[in-house]
This record gives sequence, C-alpha cells and structure tokens, in this order.
Amino acid sequence: MTKTPRILEVRANVLKDNDLLARSMRLRFAQTGTLVLNLVSSPGSGKTTLLRRTLLELGQRYRVAALVGDLATDNDAKRLAESGAPVRQIETKTLCHLEAHMIEEHLQNWDLRQIDILFIENVGNLVCPSSWDLGEDLRIALFSTTEGEDKPLKYPTLINTADIALITKIDLAEAVEFDREAMYQNLREMRPGIEILEVSGKRGTGMAAWLERLERALKAKRGQH
Amino acid sequence: MHELSIATSIVSVAQQEAAARGVEVEAVHLRLGALSGVVVDSLLFGYEVASQGTPLEGTRLLIEEVPLTIYCPSCQAEVELEGIQSLRCPRCGELSGEIRRGKELEIVALEVKD
Repeated sequence: MTKTPRILEVRANVLKDNDLLARSMRLRFAQTGTLVLNLVSSPGSGKTTLLRRTLLELGQRYRVAALVGDLATDNDAKRLAESGAPVRQIETKTLCHLEAHMIEEHLQNWDLRQIDILFIENVGNLVCPSSWDLGEDLRIALFSTTEGEDKPLKYPTLINTADIALITKIDLAEAVEFDREAMYQNLREMRPGIEILEVSGKRGTGMAAWLERLERALKAKRGQH
Repeated sequence: MHELSIATSIVSVAQQEAAARGVEVEAVHLRLGALSGVVVDSLLFGYEVASQGTPLEGTRLLIEEVPLTIYCPSCQAEVELEGIQSLRCPRCGELSGEIRRGKELEIVALEVKD
C-alpha cells in the first residue's frame, strides 16, 4: 500500500527576510529624505567613471555618498573617494550581488540626515542583483554602447526591474556603430515605456540631463517642486 | 551564481515554516516564475549544498515552473508568452507592461512526515 504524502500548504516568499529589511530601510530613507539609487550593470560598463563624475558635480550642490559593491579589491572605492564624497566599499568575497543586510551594515555610523543622495554601485553583474531589493527609490541599469544592442534581450529579468536605462560611453557610439533605435526597442520590449538617458562619464555628454533627473527625483521624494 | 543564495533562503524559510507547524519536512514545493532569473538546475544543485547539515538534508526540492503571462489590454485577455525576451502579445502584437504571472519565487507547500 502506497502512502500518500501529507502536504501542508504554505505561502512564503523565498526572499521575505531581504524584502522585510529593504522595506524597513526604505522607511528610514523616507524619514531622512535620502534619495537612494541602485546602479546595476555588467563589468566594464563605465559605472565607476560615471559615478565619480556624478559625485563630483552633484557634490557641489548636494550631500552625496556612495556604497560600492565588488567581489574583491577596494579600487573602485578609492577612485570614487577622489571626488571627496564619503564612500564605503562592500567587499562581497564570492557573492555576485548585494543584499539588503549588507547595505544596512555598511550604513552604520553614517548619519543619513546628512546625506541627500546615496548611490549604491552594485556588483558588476546583469543577472544576480535583480532579485534583491536594497530599499532603493530607483534602480538604474547601465548599458554601454560598446556592449551591443542586444544586451537587454539577454538579461530580461534585470531590465524588467529597472526604472531608468542609462546608455553609457555615448561618446563612442559612432566609432562602434551603435544602433540607437535597436537599443531603445530592445529595452522597451521587456520594459515598455522605460525612461532612457544617454551619457558619457568621460566626456560629460548628457551629464546635465542625468543630474537634473536625479535632482527632480530628490525633490519629488521630499515633496518639493 | 546567485542560485546558492536563493537555495540558502529556501532552506531557511522552509525550516522556519516547518518549525512553526511542528512538522518534519520530506519535500519543499517551490513555484518559480520564468522571469525570476533563477536557473532550475543550478537551484537544485544549490539546494543540495545548502541543505547539508540542516534538518532539511536529504529532502527534495520540487519546482513548478510558471510561464510568463501578461494581460493584453487590446485583446482584453491574459496571454501566456513562450519566451522572456519580449512582453509583446503574440496575438495582436501590442506591448503590455502588465505582468500577471512569471515572477514567482515562493514556497507553496511542504510535504511532511506523518
């Protein structure tokens, strides 16, 4: 006689611990009026160059800070610290993404009331960071013109969770025969209507619109107009 | 490979749920959306590794894969998609941002010992 297994119905989100923590951090960021951005991309997309320039330019008007995730080394944090903004490295060792508890731990002793905009540079990876909410206001996916226009099609999960797509290294567009129309279409196949901006962290092209977008998000968060 | 992190969370959440009910687990039923970004084979391997040395060691992870389904406003219907590269309705060709299913990453049941 075969025994039928006893099955208990359960409804539990696998990442509920992370989600709960992210939610409580989001509340904290709301109380301090800190705008939080989660930057995701593949390695070599120009995240650090863009962020360095962003910290420099935005730092003249706002109090900015950054957390930088990397498997190993604090090279990126050092490069970013040259901007004068407070920067902390999160060394993930073998982990390919950042999780909410790492953000919480690395925010210790930082007075969030003294930070207007906090940038989180995720580990360079277009797959793994998708599932972890870090309590951010906006998730920004970076794609460089040198990576190819079909990149968004290869990483649909990530695109679908992004709020803004940032096309980086736009100064190289012509040299690599970047197909703008194909890129825009590929992005919008998985995220209809996604906002797209083009920048060059090296040359400064498109920086004004990018910074203005961040300023607008900060004002919206603080209920200013 | 983030599947090991996901597997570790599955083991931990399943253990919490089992402990709360005072039961011993034989298998964990998981619902996994096509757009969850998780690879089934890697997750199964990760589960074996993550459950070692825990009360869940030797238990099975049973995965129900959920296809991506959108609501198409033009067709006024839910439409199941074959791939995950586009949210375009295969019937009318319109794009829809309204995902109804396919992002699941949840434990739906525990098979337990009597």
